[in-house]
Amino acid sequence: MQEFLQLVLSGIATGGIYASLALALVLIYNAMGLVNFAQGEMAMLATFVGYALITRGMSFWIAFPVTLVLAFGGGIVIQRVVIKPVEKAPVLTLVIITLGLATLVNGLAGFIWGYLPRTFPSPFSSDSVDLGGVFVSYRDVGVIAVTGVVLLCVYLLLQHTTVGLTLRAAAHHPEASRLLGVHVSWMLALGWGLASAVGAVSGMMVAPVLFLEPNMMQTIIIYAFAAAVLGGIESPLGAVVGGLIVGVTINLAGAYLPGVGGDLQLAVGLAIIIVVLILKPNGLFGQAAVRRV
Amino acid sequence: MGKKAPRFAAAAVFLLTLAACGGGGTPTSQTDVGITSNSILLGNTIAQSGPAAAYGTIGNAELAYFTYVNNNQGGVNGRKITFKILDDAYNPAQTITQTKQLVESDQVFAMFSGLGTQAQTSVREYLNGKKVPQLFVATGATTFMKDFGSNQWTIGWQPPYQGEARIYAKDVLANHPNAKIGVLYQNDDYGQDYLKGLTDGLGDKASMIVAKQSYDVTAANPFPQLTQLKASGADTLFLFSTPKPSIQSLAFISAVHWEPTIYLNSVSNPQVYMGLAAKAGAALKNVTSVGYIKDPTDPQWASDDGMKLYKQVIANCTTCNVNDGFNIYGVAVAYTMLDVLKQAGSNLTRANVMKIASSQLNETNPFLLPGVKVTTTSSDHFPIMQEQVITWSGTGWKLQGTLIDERGTIK
Repeated sequence: MQEFLQLVLSGIATGGIYASLALALVLIYNAMGLVNFAQGEMAMLATFVGYALITRGMSFWIAFPVTLVLAFGGGIVIQRVVIKPVEKAPVLTLVIITLGLATLVNGLAGFIWGYLPRTFPSPFSSDSVDLGGVFVSYRDVGVIAVTGVVLLCVYLLLQHTTVGLTLRAAAHHPEASRLLGVHVSWMLALGWGLASAVGAVSGMMVAPVLFLEPNMMQTIIIYAFAAAVLGGIESPLGAVVGGLIVGVTINLAGAYLPGVGGDLQLAVGLAIIIVVLILKPNGLFGQAAVRRV
Repeated sequence: MGKKAPRFAAAAVFLLTLAACGGGGTPTSQTDVGITSNSILLGNTIAQSGPAAAYGTIGNAELAYFTYVNNNQGGVNGRKITFKILDDAYNPAQTITQTKQLVESDQVFAMFSGLGTQAQTSVREYLNGKKVPQLFVATGATTFMKDFGSNQWTIGWQPPYQGEARIYAKDVLANHPNAKIGVLYQNDDYGQDYLKGLTDGLGDKASMIVAKQSYDVTAANPFPQLTQLKASGADTLFLFSTPKPSIQSLAFISAVHWEPTIYLNSVSNPQVYMGLAAKAGAALKNVTSVGYIKDPTDPQWASDDGMKLYKQVIANCTTCNVNDGFNIYGVAVAYTMLDVLKQAGSNLTRANVMKIASSQLNETNPFLLPGVKVTTTSSDHFPIMQEQVITWSGTGWKLQGTLIDERGTIK
């Protein structure tokens, strides 16, 4: 039982990592109707910026908001410089551009900071609490808690503010929005900025656990995608629930499904997700797209 | 009859040309592609970007050694060494195209110290087909030494992972005969090579292994596997993992208040990684590993001639961290490369160099632990087979006991 609980808890902790990045993916999807393959690399770059600030003597809680602001600005700049010129290009072009951007950002970080992993200071202790033989680390709780706060912010922004409404409108009905006086292009830039800032939160939360290096987010982003799609790519709550399900499923599949073990646990975990999506194509929290014909 | 005349003429011309070319030299002075009267061109592929970029400095350290030899000794036998490094980003697909480029377009004499098990496996057949020496590959995968019979243009250098694991088996049998062993290993050739060495080394005591857990290199962390190893009741943990999961594991077992005896593979034991693990909260108690190279951070070598030479050499590389264990590795393997070229003298053919590297090495390398010999014979193609057990003191590795020789144990 102890083993089971520990597996569930460490699955939730890892799932929290996936969820935090999945939130950024959901945000960008809401803002421009496509996924940004460079999201993880942008988050990593922002984390390095935070690292540079902290190693220059800034305290974590000052460096944290400063990094978010810089990431927000950076996201907008990237959208203006890289994405805007091809805004009206087919989706495939944009996807390929985000892939290129991912490679570029990765190489840039490697060029500046090198590839040796670094420890990133965490505001939470590396210690853990003993709950009857099951251990929960403060850092994992911290990641989950911060992810929860970000989830709340993203939800409020998208569902209960005019900006959120305009963002979604600009993404899904650009022509109509333009007729109503919405600056569609700047809305997309805003979406990039926000997603970049959310990604930065994710990066700074997971860096103490994963160690900061240019490839830190590369394995995470695959599972973040899985989490976002499982939850329903437009739903922030779905992304978080999806992340936790992915984390726990992978852990338990490896331990308890006969013949799976460590070799197949990732494959089986993702296979389970495919089955869910076959049954519920729009994800757990997604709404079926209704189109008038 | 008439048909044979042109062939005859062609043969005559060919012989005349040979005579003309060979006219100037002594009969023993032979060379091959990549050798000129004043230069030797060696090629290398290594990860200087991508997931394994931390290894990239090895190539720079090797270059630093060749630069040192060129500047301070005028090269080898009057020829300066040119060393061309290409970054394959640890991606075998790139290793293949870059190796072909080095062989066919740059016309290198030999490939030296290419890095990565998969990367070097992916070009082994090509290089053997072309009869281009694939010298001293930077991987401990046992196949690069063991399978010399079917790949006679390929040779490794560092001790094989199986040999290392056999040393752990000896150590655990001697010091922890009642251990309940849990093994975490990467689910690829690398992890399995180690696991095989441990199982073989334990022999009829292999039942001491109470649990084995593999993890995939693309997983975020190996925590679920460690949870199960802990639950299995194991009191001795073997980490056959690459550096990042090793660091994560060391931190995780402390976080869940588990205190097993730990055997940490040599790939993960550089000081820089131990420091990261400590910062991440790892207690690092009872950690055992092995070494065969002098550790630049170990004060006992402060006045050692080999270490002084290393520091002189590495000054030729501005980006190299003198304390990084990978750099002294690079300098040490480059020393062996130079040894081979020196022995070849003016008979610089690929065949001769390969013959020396694979069967005539008998070297004392100043950068390796005292007593370690780099040796090959016509029947033994494992250059380095001695390693010494080391334990972590909290600030550095401490050598324990004496060198353990595993020569001849891997068939």
